[in-house]
Amino acid sequence: MKATSAPFVRREMLAPAAPPITEAGAVKWLRENLFSSPLNVILTVLGVGAVVYLVSHIAPWMLRGVWNAGSLSECRQIIEARYGEGVTGACWALIRERWPQYLFGFYPSELYWRPVLAFVLMLVAIAPVLFDALPRKMLWFALVYPAIGFWLLWGGSVWVPVMALAGFGVGYGAAKIVQPIAGAILGGIAAVLAPVLWWLFLSGPAAETLQSVLPIALQEVRSREFGGFILAFTIGFTGIAFSLPLGVLLALGRQSDMFIVNKLSVGFIEFIRGVPLITLLFTASLLLNYFLPPGTDFDIILRVIIMVVLFAAAYIAEVVRGGLAALPRGQYEAADALGLDYIKAQRLIIMPQALKISIPGIVSTFIGLFKDTTLVVFVGLLDPLKGITDAVRASTDWKGVYWEPYIFVGAIFFIICFGMSRYSMYLENKLKTDHR
Amino acid sequence: MAVVTDEPKAGFRLGMLIYDTRYRSITIQIVVLILVMAGVAWLVDNLLRNLAVLGRGIDFSFLGNRSGYDINQTLVEYTNDSTHARATLVGLLNTLLVAFLGCIAATVVGVLAGVLRLSKNWVIARLMTVYVEVFRNIPLLLWILIIFAVFTEALPAPNAFRGENPAASMVLFDTVAFTNRYTAIPWLIFDNSMGWLTLGSVYLNIDLVLIVAALVGGFFANRAILRRAKRIQEATGERPTTWWQSILALFGPISAVFLFLGTHVDAPALQGFNFTGGLQVSNSLVALWLALTLYTAAFIAEIVRAGINAVSKGQSEAAFALGLRPGRTMSLVILPQALRVIIPPLISQYLNLTKNSSLAIAVGYMDLRGTLGGITLNQTGRGLEAMMLLMLIYLVISLIISGTMNIYNNSVRLKER
Repeated sequence: MKATSAPFVRREMLAPAAPPITEAGAVKWLRENLFSSPLNVILTVLGVGAVVYLVSHIAPWMLRGVWNAGSLSECRQIIEARYGEGVTGACWALIRERWPQYLFGFYPSELYWRPVLAFVLMLVAIAPVLFDALPRKMLWFALVYPAIGFWLLWGGSVWVPVMALAGFGVGYGAAKIVQPIAGAILGGIAAVLAPVLWWLFLSGPAAETLQSVLPIALQEVRSREFGGFILAFTIGFTGIAFSLPLGVLLALGRQSDMFIVNKLSVGFIEFIRGVPLITLLFTASLLLNYFLPPGTDFDIILRVIIMVVLFAAAYIAEVVRGGLAALPRGQYEAADALGLDYIKAQRLIIMPQALKISIPGIVSTFIGLFKDTTLVVFVGLLDPLKGITDAVRASTDWKGVYWEPYIFVGAIFFIICFGMSRYSMYLENKLKTDHR
Repeated sequence: MAVVTDEPKAGFRLGMLIYDTRYRSITIQIVVLILVMAGVAWLVDNLLRNLAVLGRGIDFSFLGNRSGYDINQTLVEYTNDSTHARATLVGLLNTLLVAFLGCIAATVVGVLAGVLRLSKNWVIARLMTVYVEVFRNIPLLLWILIIFAVFTEALPAPNAFRGENPAASMVLFDTVAFTNRYTAIPWLIFDNSMGWLTLGSVYLNIDLVLIVAALVGGFFANRAILRRAKRIQEATGERPTTWWQSILALFGPISAVFLFLGTHVDAPALQGFNFTGGLQVSNSLVALWLALTLYTAAFIAEIVRAGINAVSKGQSEAAFALGLRPGRTMSLVILPQALRVIIPPLISQYLNLTKNSSLAIAVGYMDLRGTLGGITLNQTGRGLEAMMLLMLIYLVISLIISGTMNIYNNSVRLKER
């Protein structure tokens, strides 16, 4: 049998039809993301309206800004000459003229290289702590940095910070000597006790002696001359560096079975968390003299730093306690089963996991601490936000400037704090070990 | 903890205090206790010696002296003839006022922002992200100063509202006027006011007491009604209609009280160069309240978002599989689980807001820090006593807030066997 005509057989696939116009491309995205329901339409319109309103009111004012002027009235004249009568605009010239004051406060201007150098070295010091791709040897610099930073910022004899650092060497030496004779625990005690004794009684005279033999010194800068962002950075970063270890200790104390240690930690944490930072700062500036031997007077920045450290440490203790509580009991039991003692178990098993869980909380505490450095204005220090701005506004040239300094300082705080929170997300991602 | 399995043969040796885990913890505690007590003794000794040098002791009697300064915004009667204790009370009430208003507003704004940030609407979700990030990463002090500057610099003076073509106009159907000195809002006037009740040195506004009693009573009556409905539903499977009972219970008593007091609303109106009538709220309060609200709400938004994300999708799917409607799914399944995650951090945000209200000095709002820790301290020179009292009061407020919220937290906690 022979077919007269072959039946139709399709030999190749049809090209797929294009989707309907409402189901593809930008239209689909708009329909799904902006106009999926009546409520969403209203929200979209309101949202876009709000953005347009804000931008149309603020952007022209910012764009009309003047960067070159000597005073606010000159700014206004330039803007009116350029855009017509009654038009207002930003006066960025203020930032341009006064930015050294915003960065350094009343730090002597011929010494600006010192805080700048200290800042650059600080970046070098914290880099290996933040990114573990960098060589580990750099950590040694991070350990020495506090002394260098102190010397560069405040100046004075080089031997004071060197002798303070030497305390750690003293501790190490004491441990090395005592440990073979009396065992690990007494060695540990000696390693704590010897440096304390050194700092209390020996390091001062030693520094003086060395200074008279070999005088190396920078010009001294008093704390009252600090201001602006170097003040915020000094307080913020010292606070961060010291509050973490203290916070971890407090958290361990609060988790401890030992009754007295536990109750002392709880009392301290709850007290600090129950009062505003401002009252603590006031205590530091007004009342601390009552509690020190008559006649002592120590540095206002140091007092503020101590209070800020105590404050942040109490918050960090609670965050770390949350991390400790979140660890499954099996981890503690496994550490015991391996025969690890308390310190080894904490160092090798508990803390790495607990701190990893607590990273977001710790970093947001740090961000809070850095933002709180602005409160030092209430104890008479010149913070960048209110202290310096008020000082700038007190001059006749810049009387009546309101928004520009706030926008400038706010932007810098935003960049730093936002950067910290992004870093915490990066760290969380990097340390994530679950496979979900 | 490592456990010692074989009992040591020999008796007690001194070294065991350090090397034996049975005694070590006691040794450590005693050493810590001695160190702490030595530290405290040192501080107290210094304090006593310093006070002796200055020739004075710790003395709280200044609280009974005439204060001699005025406070621009007071909730209770106060003149400059009142005592420092009275000024402290005024400050405390002002602190509580701004903290209370701030907590409520921050919760509303924060929940809204948190939910909207999870919205599928791209514009809204981005907008809320920007809001949260901007407010969280900039110091609160800046927000307080900026908002206060907006109020004092950018708003019109009261006399700008005058004339045929005024430069400024009132908002919200001509009831609220924002001026550069105060914000005038409508307020309630009681024609048959009950006056003040004097109990010793405490004055109580009877109107306020009645209103609060009516609100609280209505709230508890409503709860009783709902509980009864639930009992009936569990016994019979039929849920009685309760909505009209609830409305009656919630709004009945308060309406009756308002009617009894002869309440009418007094709207602010321009007279001459100033507004009269209504209530004039000082801009320092409004600015502080707004700044605290917006700042804390950004944190609450993140908490709410995390709480909602923490409830797994399977929960809502299971509820739908059981045939629950979306509203009931939300109220019976999602919210109870999300609240469990949300509440503890929410409590600490309320505490933060209360403590942050001490930044009121930046705008001159006379809170506790401004009266007791400010003018009273400077006038009397009793820094030590004033600061101790100030810290104690803040501590008590914090403990009360966290205590109440912990009770609530326990009631919604997962009941485990």
